Amino acid sequence: MQSAYTESRSWCRCLSAPHTGQFCALLLRRQLLLAMRRPIEIGNPVLFFTMVIVLFPLGLGPAPDKLASFAPGVLWITALLSNLLTSDAVFRGDFDDGSLEQLILAPQPLFLSSLAYIFAQWLTTGFLLSLVSPVFALMLNLPWSAVGTLIVSLLLGTAVLSLLGGIGAALTVGLKRGGMLISLLILPLYMPVLIFGGAAVQAAVIGAPAGPYLAILGAMLSLAIAFAPLAIAAGLRISIDA
Amino acid sequence: MWTFFHKLGSPPWLYAIAGAILRWLVPLTLAALVGGMVWGLLFTAPDFRQGNSYRIIYIHVPAAVVALAAYYVMAIAGAVSLIWRIKMADVAMKAAAPVGAALTFIALFTGALWGKPTWGTWWVWDARITSMLILLFLYLGVVALYESFDNKEAAGKACAVLTLVGMVNIPIIYKSVDWWYSLHQPASIKFTGESTIDASMLYPLMLMIAAFYALFTCCLLMNMRAELLQRESRTAWVRKLANKEGRR
Repeated sequence: MQSAYTESRSWCRCLSAPHTGQFCALLLRRQLLLAMRRPIEIGNPVLFFTMVIVLFPLGLGPAPDKLASFAPGVLWITALLSNLLTSDAVFRGDFDDGSLEQLILAPQPLFLSSLAYIFAQWLTTGFLLSLVSPVFALMLNLPWSAVGTLIVSLLLGTAVLSLLGGIGAALTVGLKRGGMLISLLILPLYMPVLIFGGAAVQAAVIGAPAGPYLAILGAMLSLAIAFAPLAIAAGLRISIDA
Repeated sequence: MWTFFHKLGSPPWLYAIAGAILRWLVPLTLAALVGGMVWGLLFTAPDFRQGNSYRIIYIHVPAAVVALAAYYVMAIAGAVSLIWRIKMADVAMKAAAPVGAALTFIALFTGALWGKPTWGTWWVWDARITSMLILLFLYLGVVALYESFDNKEAAGKACAVLTLVGMVNIPIIYKSVDWWYSLHQPASIKFTGESTIDASMLYPLMLMIAAFYALFTCCLLMNMRAELLQRESRTAWVRKLANKEGRR
């Protein structure tokens, strides 16, 4: 009875919560500020991206034509892995110091405020990786004509990855050893994004239209923006309760 | 009618009802499995192109069909547990995951065995096969997530969320052979329109599919009973049951 009462009250409050937009903007600013104060946190994913890309020519051999044919997949898989490694930490700090509980108690709807966390994480990971990816594309001999498609596909795709990774992070944030588990949980969900992201760049390389693949990535992004925050909010509530 | 559903929400009742169902379902399942296997393996004509190797269809197709159906069961149970907070739905979901994983593995394994003589390779990165592999990972993810929570109630809820999120992959797996025409053939059995499989092969296959559904139900109920006993091990009814069994 008690929980039903508080729940209906929280729903009413959530619909008429004051300054929800301002609240989310402040959260976003706070997350970005926290990232800025520790620049290595922003640098790490890019460094990781660089290191892993260097591994491929060392492992596969430096023949330019071979590298070019692997380049779309290599760039996409590396971006996916850097995203995977950073999504584990999205809610970790705030869970440890208790501010996540305050966030849940706040009158503003949790699915919107969690979206601010994800947006900040995407800006410091996926967005940056998409911007620096042309450099590595050229190092891997990817044709210049495909670079535009690569950037657009990474911008759209890493946003989906960040949202999906947020679900995994929310579900595992209360666990002691979440790191390995989160990859098992969300890699199967990452796979469709990888398939269409890689296919878009591949299509651009051979001169075929990449538009359909980018459209599918865009469709995935709109679905993920609509539904992933609900799952993230549910996951955070479960993790706090446990 | 409603009292029946209310009783299903109570662990001792669910335990008893599952036991009563299992008492006649297990012999029936075994009979259907043995009957379907003998019929399919010994009494059907060999395929005119594949010879005898096609007979693995009687394991491969039922396992694959039920592996997908098991995910629906898990997702529906997860939704029920999140929406109506029925704890027994958690138990059903937790019980379905390992069975679904095992069926998916059987489908992949028999598919590899079948692929070698007919396609000349154990494995291809074809849409249907790859998506079945993803399904296996989804099942394993649910099992792993459940095991890593100490609080089993939270574990059930977390798995329910994960299952519902993973649900987006199921239509893709289901329609993959129609959307991407590749090495794996499209479905031969159609409920609307003409099936592309001969009736003499279709009937034993249907029997095997029914048998695998029954087998899944048996495993699900057995797993649920075990999980119930474990969760409720401190309650009076489990202790009474244990004492009774101990004295026998």
